[in-house]
Amino acid sequence: MDRVDRCYLKPGGQLTEEGRSRWEAVPEELKLDFYRWMVQVRSFDRRSVILQRQGRIGTYAPLEGQEAAQVGSALALSKEDWIFPSYREHGVAMIAGMPLMRILLYWMGRVEGNVPPEGVRVLPPYVPIATQLPQAMGAAWASKLKRERSVSVAYFGDGATSEGDFHEALNFAGVFQLPVIFFCQNNHYAISVPFSRQSAVPTVAERACAYNIRGIRVDGNDVLAVHSAMEEAVTRARKGDGATLIEAVTYRKGSHTTADDATRYRDPSEVEDWVREKDPISRMEALLKAEGLLSEEDVKKWEEQCKALVDRAVKEAEAAPAPSADHLFAHVFEELPPELNRQRAELSGEGGECV
Amino acid sequence: MSEKTLIQGINEGLRTALKERSDVVVLGEDVGKNGGVFRATEGLWEEFGDERVIDTPLAEAGIVGAAIGMAINGMRPVAEIQFMGFIYPAFEQIVTHAARLRTRTQGQHPASLVVRAPYGGGIRAPELHSDSTEALFVHTPGLKVVAPSTPSDAKGLLLSAIRDPDPVIYLEPMKIYRAFRQEVPEGWFEVPIGKARKVREGEDVTLIAWGTMVPVAERAAREASERGVSCEVLDLRSLCPLDEEAIVTSVKKTGRAVIIHEAPKNAGLGAELAARIHELAFLWMESPVKRVTGFDVPVPMFALEDDFRPSQKRIDRAIHKVMTF
Ligand SMILES: Cc1ncc(C[n+]2csc(CCOP(=O)(O)OP(=O)(O)O)c2C)c(N)n1
Repeated sequence: MDRVDRCYLKPGGQLTEEGRSRWEAVPEELKLDFYRWMVQVRSFDRRSVILQRQGRIGTYAPLEGQEAAQVGSALALSKEDWIFPSYREHGVAMIAGMPLMRILLYWMGRVEGNVPPEGVRVLPPYVPIATQLPQAMGAAWASKLKRERSVSVAYFGDGATSEGDFHEALNFAGVFQLPVIFFCQNNHYAISVPFSRQSAVPTVAERACAYNIRGIRVDGNDVLAVHSAMEEAVTRARKGDGATLIEAVTYRKGSHTTADDATRYRDPSEVEDWVREKDPISRMEALLKAEGLLSEEDVKKWEEQCKALVDRAVKEAEAAPAPSADHLFAHVFEELPPELNRQRAELSGEGGECV
Repeated sequence: MSEKTLIQGINEGLRTALKERSDVVVLGEDVGKNGGVFRATEGLWEEFGDERVIDTPLAEAGIVGAAIGMAINGMRPVAEIQFMGFIYPAFEQIVTHAARLRTRTQGQHPASLVVRAPYGGGIRAPELHSDSTEALFVHTPGLKVVAPSTPSDAKGLLLSAIRDPDPVIYLEPMKIYRAFRQEVPEGWFEVPIGKARKVREGEDVTLIAWGTMVPVAERAAREASERGVSCEVLDLRSLCPLDEEAIVTSVKKTGRAVIIHEAPKNAGLGAELAARIHELAFLWMESPVKRVTGFDVPVPMFALEDDFRPSQKRIDRAIHKVMTF
């Protein structure tokens, strides 16, 4: 991998020297949580790809390979923090408290899938690239103005760094010293376009200095390093020290979405290297086993539990009663204007006046 | 001649333009090695190389702004916006600049370029991928806007758009990209901008549609004929400028019009069409014009998209209404 500022857990599962001291400082429950969440996220993700193939959900954006980046970062946040995700952040969403069945509903084309339970500060997936960045910045600005502790996080990909919104958000964040974290999962491709076509500078993180905010580039498949980078960024933000741009260097193992075919533009040996050598879960599993915190039996048991969790979510999502057609008109305005009431009546077959 | 789908018609149009005009370049996201997310540019990067078929950074304002700059400096860029729903970052470049550079420079810089964008719903695409905002562009003086509904028109209109001295927004009906095949002429051939196509001859009602809604209108016409109502179907093809003559001639004959579009109704293109018919053929009309459109709600996620888009039932009802007014 290209140079990163922080790697604690090497691809083989050994800790670096710095990694060892970090590891010692992490509570045991969190060590296991890293692993458990990553397995759960992968279990959900793999099932979703199958559901799409079976025609049970629509086009889906898989995240396999990016589990450490999502789990490590999300586990450093608290309930009060705001999350502005892209369409690939299912792992982040579930850790923040989004029920799996709602995430599935979203991919079934159901607007209910956009709505988190009460108290969960996760916005709907941002589909137009980079549009979440200025909004996360604005939410952070409000926290600052209201003297609240919350920080805001925008999740986005490497391609998003090319949009004007990226520049505008980071610039405001620097100028107003805002408690916002720009978390970029650099998975090397924006659909087919490699990062070298997005940027003539080789990293995302180095752009931070142009805005006088902090930038850090971590091994995004090393959950321990990601978590520590995020924790530092959160601490800085809460203290009033301003924004951080985190670049988590990772790789999506699969295609951009289930409608894409990554073999058209990626070299199989590159994919092989990331899939076989740099997997985020197997390195954590190896470490936990070496440390005596995880047995083969625990692994089996947890995998089964995840499968059961996902099974249940699929059942719930598929059993969720379909909305009626006139749900189109729900929540368009606080109060529907007369013309829309007429249109709704027309749709429901209660009147035919407006056509 | 050979049988092609609509998207192959577009591909053929681009290939022909790249081959015959050295000033043409194709630029956009994923248009190169990947051949476009819908394969509109398949094979072009391999054939014409990285300087003519250009994968750009992910930045719509950059893509269209670059295209305008290239046009100023003597090239004929064809910019691709991956989905119409993602055109908004480029809105400033299109509306403020492409549309009025000719006026502002008094003809010195006409901004001769094409912006292609797939539009519309009906393919169970993810959220926010299914907009039909043609009215925003039709409403902007200085832009031409076209939308083909057949493979042959797809190629012919694209080549007209590329040769056209004005900026052209070329909207691609993604739902029917691969719906059917048709003979498409080889080589450079043009379908003139500003000319509608009469899809079906009829006596009682004129159905006016474009893009994705043309096959829907055709089906409605077939079904109406079984009920003894004879529908004429017009495929506008060119949304700006409108083929007033074709529209007026048809409605003067039938005395009735039903306009079908996927975009919401409020200030949609149907409103302009109804107004023109009113202004130009009022005394020939047997019934007020009817519009069957998307509802005035944000384009929904796909579970409800069929309820949003004009349905056969709603069109039938509109035809019935104008017949029984
Ligand atoms: C403004 C905008 N333009 C184009 C698209 C189409 N599109 C969807 S995802 C994508 C690539 C995004 O790449 P990146 O930001 O690296 O995120 P990743 O998908 O790799 O997670 C593109 C071009 C879009 N969604 N929004």
